[in-house]
Amino acid sequence: MRVITLAGPPSSGKSAVTIKAIASLKQKGVSVGVVKFDSLSTQDQLLYEKQGVAVTTGLSGNLCPDHFFVSNVEESLAWGVASGFDLLVIESAGLCNRCAPHIQGVLAVCVIDNLSGVNTPKKIGPMLKMADIVVITKGDIVSQAEREVFAHRVRQVNGSATILNVNGLTGQGGDELGRLLQGAPETISVEGKLLRFSLPAALCSYCLGQRKIGADFQMGNVKKMAFS
Amino acid sequence: MNESFLELPLAVLLVQSPLAGEFFPTLGLPLPPGTMSPAAYFAALDNGVLEDLALERDSLVEQFTDYLLLLSTLGKGRTASRLESITILGGHDKSGRREDFSLTVRPGEIISLVGPTGSGKSRFLADIEWLAQGDSPTGRSLLIDGAPPDPGLRYAIDRKLVAQLSQNMNFVMDLSVEEFITMHAESRMVEDIPGVTRSIISLANELAGERFSPDTPVTSLSGGQSRALMIADTSCLSNSPIVLIDEIENAGIDRKRAVRTLVDKQKIVLMATHDPILALMGERRLVFKNGGIAAIITTSDAERANLKLFEEMDAKLGAVRNALRNGERIE
Repeated sequence: MRVITLAGPPSSGKSAVTIKAIASLKQKGVSVGVVKFDSLSTQDQLLYEKQGVAVTTGLSGNLCPDHFFVSNVEESLAWGVASGFDLLVIESAGLCNRCAPHIQGVLAVCVIDNLSGVNTPKKIGPMLKMADIVVITKGDIVSQAEREVFAHRVRQVNGSATILNVNGLTGQGGDELGRLLQGAPETISVEGKLLRFSLPAALCSYCLGQRKIGADFQMGNVKKMAFS
Repeated sequence: MNESFLELPLAVLLVQSPLAGEFFPTLGLPLPPGTMSPAAYFAALDNGVLEDLALERDSLVEQFTDYLLLLSTLGKGRTASRLESITILGGHDKSGRREDFSLTVRPGEIISLVGPTGSGKSRFLADIEWLAQGDSPTGRSLLIDGAPPDPGLRYAIDRKLVAQLSQNMNFVMDLSVEEFITMHAESRMVEDIPGVTRSIISLANELAGERFSPDTPVTSLSGGQSRALMIADTSCLSNSPIVLIDEIENAGIDRKRAVRTLVDKQKIVLMATHDPILALMGERRLVFKNGGIAAIITTSDAERANLKLFEEMDAKLGAVRNALRNGERIE
């Protein structure tokens, strides 16, 4: 089974481009499954089901979404293998720009949209910088110059990725993305594999449910800003 | 890119590659002192700093090498010889019917694309952008200068074949016209940025009906002004040899001149249009039906004569529009 991790900021078009790529793969007889990770709620299950795509959704609720992802990724692969998919897309929302679900030896895709502004590529961390494929969406809404500046800025922070423009509405570029996804390495288990980048350090009193504000209530891994 | 670049003091490296320094602020790192080599700088970075910026020491070396490579290819892109021709070989339409054509286009040519929405115009452009080799849904293939293109070109975002001036000409950046064009020029790494910026703005003003200044925010430009600015910008700054214009009509700009501007810069102009004046400006027009190219029509002498007639009619209508704008009576 070929496995892909796909991440991107909320509303960047992750599901839309995935659906377009899957539509093209299905025509070629490739069977695809999707595992969708999100935090509180998601409508994407319905979107995928409407397209006849097998999908399982995981909601992290009050747990850190990225830690939740890592704790369930092995089971996601097991489901994919048991279901007999040729290709499994594991989609997760990039919730804090500091995180990335990308795994060594697994094809990593980052979806980012032109509307997020030209400084955004700088602000997104390993999710973008360590991706193998960067999909840029919503190109139909901005000018040619903005598209060129945006792609250049992505290139500046990730010089080795394949950059692809995909229109999630019309599907332009979806066929090409499908083709790139088929180049993912064969993987049946991720046990023992390494995340491409460590998840952010945590475990302070607020991770454990503290709600009161003030120095007396801050314990564990706490960091202070400098004010001049 | 030679790995030994990493061992050179930054000041020496900057002489060879003046934009290399931009790498550091892009990642949120302070600029290394000029006497220090990038390799030594990466090795000396504090673990805490790396952690806070979500960076890894080993991948920094790789990223910096990639970045220098990018700078050198961008430089090459500017001086590389232009392509002589693009040839598109027919595939099949949505029902699998064979398209029987081989279309060769050269810089400076205008090709019109006609056909209803959903007839396959976008797919045709996608085939060109993707350098299709019989492996897209239409089965078409593309040749550059008569030969299959280097497969690496497919992913070279800095050498994209098609610049697309779409129907929706929105700007999401909150910048003045001058700042906006400057930013684009910087990303293209042109040499005389202020000079290029000035000439783009003045060209755009010649094309637009109403004038605007370099200080005008891009978000407050009218539809026609935005169009004019993007046509001037694309003709002067875009690397792409092919420009697609989607529905230029009624934009309040000098359409004919706008198209001429692109042709003068040796671009191949593809125009999706139902406007008879623009459609007949093309040497040839491609007729799209059911996802395929149903016919390629060469503009005839009779059609050119008609074009003249349509232009006179258009000039008359234009004069009336101007009169309306100036508060005159239309009697």
